[in-house]
Amino acid sequence: MSHARTTRRVLAAAATFGALLVTAACSSSASPSASGSAAGGVNWDERGPITYAQGKDTAGVWKGVLDQWNAAHPNEQVTFVELSPEADQQRADMIKRGQAKSGEFSVMSVDVVWTSEFAANGFLQELPADKFPTTGMLKSAVDASTYFNKLYAYPQGSDGAMLYYRKDLLDKAGLQPPKTWDEMQAACDKVLPDQKGMSCYAGQHQKYEGLTCNIAEAVNSAGGEFITADGKPAVNTPEAIAGLQWMVDGFKTGMIPADAITWKEEEGRQAFQDGKLLFHRNWPYVWNLASKTDGSSKVAGKFAVAPLPGKTGPGVSTLGGHNIGISAFTKNKGTAGDFIKFIASEPIQKTFLEKGSLAPILESLYADPALNKQFPYLSTLGESIKTAKARPKAVKYGDVTLAIQDATYSALQKQVEPAAAFGDLQTKLEGLLK
Amino acid sequence: MTTATAPASARVTAEELAVLTKPRRGGKYWVSQIGIILGMAFIVLYCVLPFYWMIVSSLRLPTEGRDTTFWPDPVSFENYPTVFDPNNGFGRALLNSLIVSLTTTLLTLLLGILGAYALARLRFWAKGLVLSIIIACSMFPGITLLIPLFKMFTGAYSWMPINWMNTYQALIIPSLSFGLPLAVWNLTAFFRQLPVELEQAAMVDGCTPGQAFRKIILPLAAPGVFTTAIITFIAVWNEFMIALTFGTRQDMYTAVVSISKFTGAYGYDTPWGTIMAAGVLITVPLIIGVLIFQRRIVAGLTAGGVK
Amino acid sequence: MSQGTATTLAGNTPPITRKPKKNLLSDGQGTLAAILISPTMLVILFVVGIPILLSLRESVFLKATAVDPVTGLIPEGESFVGLGNFTDIFNNPQVVQGAWGPMDRLVNSFVNVTFFTVVCVVLETILGVAMALIMARAFRGKGFVRAAILIPWAIPTVVSARMWGLIFDSNGVMNAILGQKILWLADNSYSQMAIVIADVWKTAPFIGLLTLAGLQTIPADVYEAARVDGANAWQQFVRITLPMVKPALVVAVLFRTLDTMRMFDLPWAMVGPGKYYVETTSILAYVENNQLRYGSAAAYSLVLFAYIVVVAFLFVKLLGADVIGDDESRALTAQRKRQKELAKASNQKVKLARSTITSGEGQS
Repeated sequence: MSHARTTRRVLAAAATFGALLVTAACSSSASPSASGSAAGGVNWDERGPITYAQGKDTAGVWKGVLDQWNAAHPNEQVTFVELSPEADQQRADMIKRGQAKSGEFSVMSVDVVWTSEFAANGFLQELPADKFPTTGMLKSAVDASTYFNKLYAYPQGSDGAMLYYRKDLLDKAGLQPPKTWDEMQAACDKVLPDQKGMSCYAGQHQKYEGLTCNIAEAVNSAGGEFITADGKPAVNTPEAIAGLQWMVDGFKTGMIPADAITWKEEEGRQAFQDGKLLFHRNWPYVWNLASKTDGSSKVAGKFAVAPLPGKTGPGVSTLGGHNIGISAFTKNKGTAGDFIKFIASEPIQKTFLEKGSLAPILESLYADPALNKQFPYLSTLGESIKTAKARPKAVKYGDVTLAIQDATYSALQKQVEPAAAFGDLQTKLEGLLK
Repeated sequence: MTTATAPASARVTAEELAVLTKPRRGGKYWVSQIGIILGMAFIVLYCVLPFYWMIVSSLRLPTEGRDTTFWPDPVSFENYPTVFDPNNGFGRALLNSLIVSLTTTLLTLLLGILGAYALARLRFWAKGLVLSIIIACSMFPGITLLIPLFKMFTGAYSWMPINWMNTYQALIIPSLSFGLPLAVWNLTAFFRQLPVELEQAAMVDGCTPGQAFRKIILPLAAPGVFTTAIITFIAVWNEFMIALTFGTRQDMYTAVVSISKFTGAYGYDTPWGTIMAAGVLITVPLIIGVLIFQRRIVAGLTAGGVK
Repeated sequence: MSQGTATTLAGNTPPITRKPKKNLLSDGQGTLAAILISPTMLVILFVVGIPILLSLRESVFLKATAVDPVTGLIPEGESFVGLGNFTDIFNNPQVVQGAWGPMDRLVNSFVNVTFFTVVCVVLETILGVAMALIMARAFRGKGFVRAAILIPWAIPTVVSARMWGLIFDSNGVMNAILGQKILWLADNSYSQMAIVIADVWKTAPFIGLLTLAGLQTIPADVYEAARVDGANAWQQFVRITLPMVKPALVVAVLFRTLDTMRMFDLPWAMVGPGKYYVETTSILAYVENNQLRYGSAAAYSLVLFAYIVVVAFLFVKLLGADVIGDDESRALTAQRKRQKELAKASNQKVKLARSTITSGEGQS
């Protein structure tokens, strides 16, 4: 009997190993073949229905836009596929389809920082320059859609950060909005003693993607950069370290309130709306919410926006926004190509701005006087975006941003000195951007 | 007290006996009673306070979500209708949760009763092995199972050419991976508690083992089965990762997935009031069910551990 | 009652002169058992077994990540690297600053897992047993308290994580009560505390319930006798309560330990990813998956699984956790031990019993 038991056990073990071998045999060895995303050999005449995938349409503007297209193209309907409102989840969903070589999402709304990763992995269809011109588009936005000098997506919507400030208090003190960090500190020194419970400045300093945006602004505004134009890390410079030092000193001296180290966009907005901040760095969405007169905002009508201040002159914002790209594996690329041109066209970009407060990617719209009247922050936003710098373009962007956050957050939590933090970061980035 | 006869003078009357055996309620007793009452109060507060905070947060004005006063002023029910805003699809999510939880529970009960009968009553050489496998199922980190399951159900493997993304099957079948071991475990414990003599007596009266099981054991085990159903239902209702992975379209969200995706009008702002209101709405039915069936649930949760 | 397989303790097998009496209830039911248990096992094989095999396969492969310098594209396909993903932490440590100093990220996650498991389980056991003791002695209000105790268990983890996130906000109610400005949701030891508090809140009542059930099986006479003998409350607790509650408590603590070792939802939803003070191995595996490093993600989760198995094994062997709890298995083990000793003593080959009766009597 015990023999039978042992035999059974051996059989079970053998079966397991066999299964493992079988699955191992079904492997594919590394092949240097690129997936069919090269510009040649693509059928740009195939037309038919497609899908468009993006995160939740929080502004409620896409239904109208899609209805417009669908009415004009009865045989090439576009179906809206709603993804999670969280960026990470959207990226995971798109990657799953890409890895499975599935064209389930014909056209996708790709965050500017994912474009390099998606392009390198062959998920995005390369767009030949002759068929897809980029005239009239913001240069920074086009740059964020390019990888290895080839266009992989059209800019769809942009975003830049601005400095919100208490106009009423600055006017009372006879001050202009600051253009440099020193001017901002001077304004705080003058105004704050009369204000109870108000701090000078806060951005987003929690350990997440927003921190990368903020530290990129600090570094770029101090004259440094994370990577050079030819893609080599260069963060171990005095200018870059000065940017980090500014933020670290801000916490040390109390210019930035201590609990701001746990703040994302919402916490900062709440503090500004409650009158607890004199200056606040945030995205354009805050304008509408802080202007509400239903009692939720104590600063309605009392604030204005300005471009970010820098170390010795005007500062540099981080480029936000999305690109609209075509999946390398979808059918009906002809329709998809026309659709993304439709989205990047002036009437639709204007609709995005008017109905959804989404920053357009066409330069002309920022100078439009009627739009400027409707959106008082529009010209500041345009300035901010025009001079904005993208975050490091890297295929392994997830690792790069985590390394940047590691260095910055440990410096802010006083665990490491800024110079040492960026020294380590330089080494890490060299390894990641090889 | 002995029963031997004692002299009349030593015999104790009934009244004196009652007085003598009455428990002495000295100071120590009252101190311990007060301590116990305080302890019970502490337990109740401990369990309820965070939930109270959730309710209170949902009753604030939509823009005051982060307020820290202990009672909102003014009390506002505005958050609750907002939860059912068509954009959120919360009603549909509740329906999805109900369908997925019910179906998974029924399936696990069906398979589990059969399996638990075998494990509790029958002799076979692999019993220890089977029980070990069932326990081992609860030892795997969820992430180990999730990615292969996702690939299996979305046709990434040529030997399984199905794409069940955003379907009910894809939400139900992976849920069996934790629901079935849990149900079998609980049901086995319940069946074991029932004495074998019942079935033996039935068979002496002429039933086959199967009939004995159906007519005698199942009715007696009904409370245990019911309890397992409740526990499995709640476990599937609260499950997050599988539902998140396989339900990516809004009309296929379950309730917990839907609540994790509540967002304000601009994508950045977090509507705390609405989120807390949705949390209350998800939890209150569970709590009502728990209050009604608490005896059964306690019996079920403790059956596995107490022989 | 006679059995089908005729084994005796006497050492010499008597000749079988008559057909063994069939025990309808427990004789030769192997086929029936197979039929009944196979649907369950098939489902488990399908939704657990196959994914585990696939994970194993994934863990020995590595996806190419080098970018072609001309086209900028990454080649497709994976290559077999054997145990490369596992030994990578020694060759290529990714040093992070966690709660315990700079160390490799995977090792850091394991230390976090161990820390959380030990602290959370100890705290929730103490609290749970205390709750059970209080509830066992109360005369009234037990039903109400029992219902209150089930509330933390009934709330979904995701909802609970958001609830605690709001409470631990730097401007939230916890800081308001304490009168401090503690940064619970940064990346420091307060974040660890926040997680311990939220986890213990949810699970201590569960242990309390299980312990209470165990306590209620202890007859009151035992305590009465001890009191008469002069034992004080503490001695009663240590000498009577604990030993009698031990079986139920150990199994409850074991399952809680296994659950806490796999903790993912709470740190992820409440504190956030990328925080090395609270990053558990489950979170690390998930993050690696998101970075398309499927091989190392599978490898990390399998190493975690091995860790969990070792801990469960220790529980069973050292603390005597009676997880299977089957009378038959216990009787069978005891019987086979006796047979082995007898065989050794009489220098004979023995046919070990395959099973015993399930009826609970039947000593052979």
